[in-house]
Amino acid sequence: MSPASTLSRSERQIGFGLAVALALLGLVMAAGAGHGVMAVHGTMALALGMLLVFRVGGAFYDPQPDADRLNRYYDAPTRFGITMTLIWAIIGMGVGVWVAALLYWPEATPAVPWTSFGRLRPVHTTGVIFGFGGNALIATSYYVLQRTSRTRLADSISPWFVLIGFNLFCAWAVTGYVMGSTQSKEYAEPEWYADLWLVVVWVVYFTLYIRTLARRHEPHIYVANWYYMAFILVVAMLHIVNNLALPVSFGAADSFTIWAGVQDAMIQWWYGHNAVAFFLTAGFLGMLYYFLPVRSGRPIWSYRLSIVSFWGIVFFYIWVGSHHLHYTALPYWVQTLGMTFSVMLLVPSWASAGNAIATLNGAWHKVRDDATLRFMFVAAVFYGLSTFEGSFLAIRPVNSLSHYTDWTVGHVHSGTLGWVAMIIFGAVYTLVPNISGRDTMAWPRAIEWHFWLAVGGTLVYVIALWNAGITQGLMWRAYDENGALSYSFVESVRAMAPYYLLRTLGGAMFLTGAILCALNCWATYRLTPLAQTPRDRPLGLQPAE
Amino acid sequence: MLKLHYNLEKLSMGLVAGIIVAASIGGIVEIAPLFVIDETVSMPEDMRPHTPLELAGREIYIREGCYACHSQMVRSLADELDRYGPYSLAAESAYDHPMLWGSKRTGPDLARLGEKYSDAWHSAHLIDPRSVVPASIMPSYPWLVRPLDTQMLSAQLGTLARLGVPYDPEMVSAAVADAQGQSRPESDAADAVRDRYGADVAVRAFDGDASLLTEMDALVAYLQSLGRLTDAAYGNLAGEIE
Ligand code: HEC
Ligand code: HEM
Repeated sequence: MSPASTLSRSERQIGFGLAVALALLGLVMAAGAGHGVMAVHGTMALALGMLLVFRVGGAFYDPQPDADRLNRYYDAPTRFGITMTLIWAIIGMGVGVWVAALLYWPEATPAVPWTSFGRLRPVHTTGVIFGFGGNALIATSYYVLQRTSRTRLADSISPWFVLIGFNLFCAWAVTGYVMGSTQSKEYAEPEWYADLWLVVVWVVYFTLYIRTLARRHEPHIYVANWYYMAFILVVAMLHIVNNLALPVSFGAADSFTIWAGVQDAMIQWWYGHNAVAFFLTAGFLGMLYYFLPVRSGRPIWSYRLSIVSFWGIVFFYIWVGSHHLHYTALPYWVQTLGMTFSVMLLVPSWASAGNAIATLNGAWHKVRDDATLRFMFVAAVFYGLSTFEGSFLAIRPVNSLSHYTDWTVGHVHSGTLGWVAMIIFGAVYTLVPNISGRDTMAWPRAIEWHFWLAVGGTLVYVIALWNAGITQGLMWRAYDENGALSYSFVESVRAMAPYYLLRTLGGAMFLTGAILCALNCWATYRLTPLAQTPRDRPLGLQPAE
Repeated sequence: MLKLHYNLEKLSMGLVAGIIVAASIGGIVEIAPLFVIDETVSMPEDMRPHTPLELAGREIYIREGCYACHSQMVRSLADELDRYGPYSLAAESAYDHPMLWGSKRTGPDLARLGEKYSDAWHSAHLIDPRSVVPASIMPSYPWLVRPLDTQMLSAQLGTLARLGVPYDPEMVSAAVADAQGQSRPESDAADAVRDRYGADVAVRAFDGDASLLTEMDALVAYLQSLGRLTDAAYGNLAGEIE
């Protein structure tokens, strides 16, 4: 069934109009820029707009969906979002394995500009954080918002606008990098027009969220939604401030950030660390707070604890960015504040992790038998471990050793592989059968395989890079008995080789698991018979419209 | 607090307001003072902005993602002072939009790189790092020998000037000529560069060929300027800290 046929005739009209508008926007961009990256991006928008014109236009005279649809959840956008999640998982992690291999074997692929390490690395980070993580967040937020509010999404156009617009942003970003267009700010590399576009998408997303919440049939807003809301709001704030820039010309992908030097560094890491906090943590805690109780059949262990940890996380995280700038030209008092709050942050972080794990009390047999639930359990454990490690790394003397080394990269991936990716996979395996009207995933055994590949890959990756980072840090600061530095820099580079090789293998295991997941979802959609009785949380009674 | 939350979670806009307030405080307290406290950045007299050629090189440095493997921030730690040189001052990046302090040292820090190696070493190293450092894992950049595109250069200087970097209108309009001049030591344009940016500016055929302005010229000029925009840092003796 084509997604456009889930829309009513008048909605198709709006959709058609928006598709034409997008095509025109692309045309204006391409014509205004004439050549270069922005022209390519304009052409991409034009092509996407035309595609949508044909998709919506082609379905224009299809039969209208039945009126009863308003008494069902609207899951077609979630389904699309999950598909994009899996596509980006394979792109992002595939490029991750590629750049990992380049660090072991720099001549692995020919020396051409667009696949040079420095251009591919942001393709990896953007691909996994925004493409994989972002699509998963948006898709699950629609799903969770509807179930916890027992209402249908407020309208049928804006969910598509958000998802399609967001994916256009991601596509602009990664194609821009390979063509050499970047602002160089970590996790905020896309150029000014892509940033502006994301603001538009985000405003629509927020509006949809609030409008749907307003129609809820529960007096209280469920915990998961607090976190999704914190994610939406704070990411907007961070994105706008960090990306303020003056374009060199309105016809080119070239701009200068308005911030400079030490202020730029502080704003960048205020952004950078809170991208971790509100993109890679808050949103995913929302996911955890919904899918873990649902899958285990246990209510959240402590409601009070979830309140304390929520406000703790929202308030403390914002302060910690300066721990990326220890011993630098940033004033000392700001570094100290960053360190102090980083340590305090452990309390709400562990409260969340503990709350999640305690929720499983009484369901341990399910954790043993159900690989999907095990994904979520492992996610909670890695969340606890990596927040502990994070607080530890923020302590100034520890940071003097770890900063600039692969220890940081190891830490990042214990969080992103162990926590973010695991909770996503747990959520995907829980909701895919549901949104496709099936009882289970097509291949339960493959979930088991995926689980062990993911856990194994994460451990190999993280342990290799702990060793790498600590070795590096110690070599850089080692002095011989004459008071001279013991090692040249290149000696430390050479010492990394075995760890970089191991990391590539660990990453390849993880990637293999992700591919299995994508195949399994495809098989569920295509090969599994429809369930006899749909099981879902009933909607609230709809007001007469 | 629990009671407050209990009421808040029934109002979506209440939650929204609560989140915005809670998430703003930290940023405001840490960031706003950096713009008003004068000691945050004390500008030395001799600090100069990048020349147009160096700026073009910086744009290439950004385009190629060199910052993904190289930091430009020497921390105030004894081994870093011994390995790289004086620690970095806030003033040294005060004109940098954006800063390139970096976060990962797959390769060494570059903040004190200027004049450490010859231009020829840099060209050879960038074209094929393993030809000069056999164990290197740095990527090769053979395409940097192509001509430099200077079309946007003047507009770039103009944009930076609007953001407060001290480029005067003459520097903006002469940007392309200055970029040419800096790589042609024998020309009149070369003297103009020295007049505008100071006698210390390196004026050389950075890629060994004065006849064609290449990306290599720009990047090497930039690399040779690192840590050379002011002498202020070199006044700080290593012993002064800790
Ligand atoms: C994959 C990571 C990586 C990238 C990307 C990278 N480098 Fe390097 N770089 C290294 C490593 C490792 C070394 C040390 C070995 C050597 O000297 O080649 C190094 C060394 C250097 C040195 C010598 C520094 C010294 O003090 O000895 C310079 C200069 C340099 N790189 C410049 C660049 C420039 C300019 C770029 C971008 C065009 C770049 N690098 C991109 C990894 C990288
Ligand atoms: C297949 C699995 C993966 C592999 C092989 C992999 C590999 C890599 C490599 C090689 C780097 C560059 C490190 C360096 O410059 O030295 C990197 C950085 C990074 N990756 Fe991954 N990655 C994987 C999965 C993920 C996932 C799933 C996420 C997030 C959801 C992620 C987030 C990041 C981030 C944020 C960085 C930047 C780290 C920093 O700057 O400190 N990665 N990854």
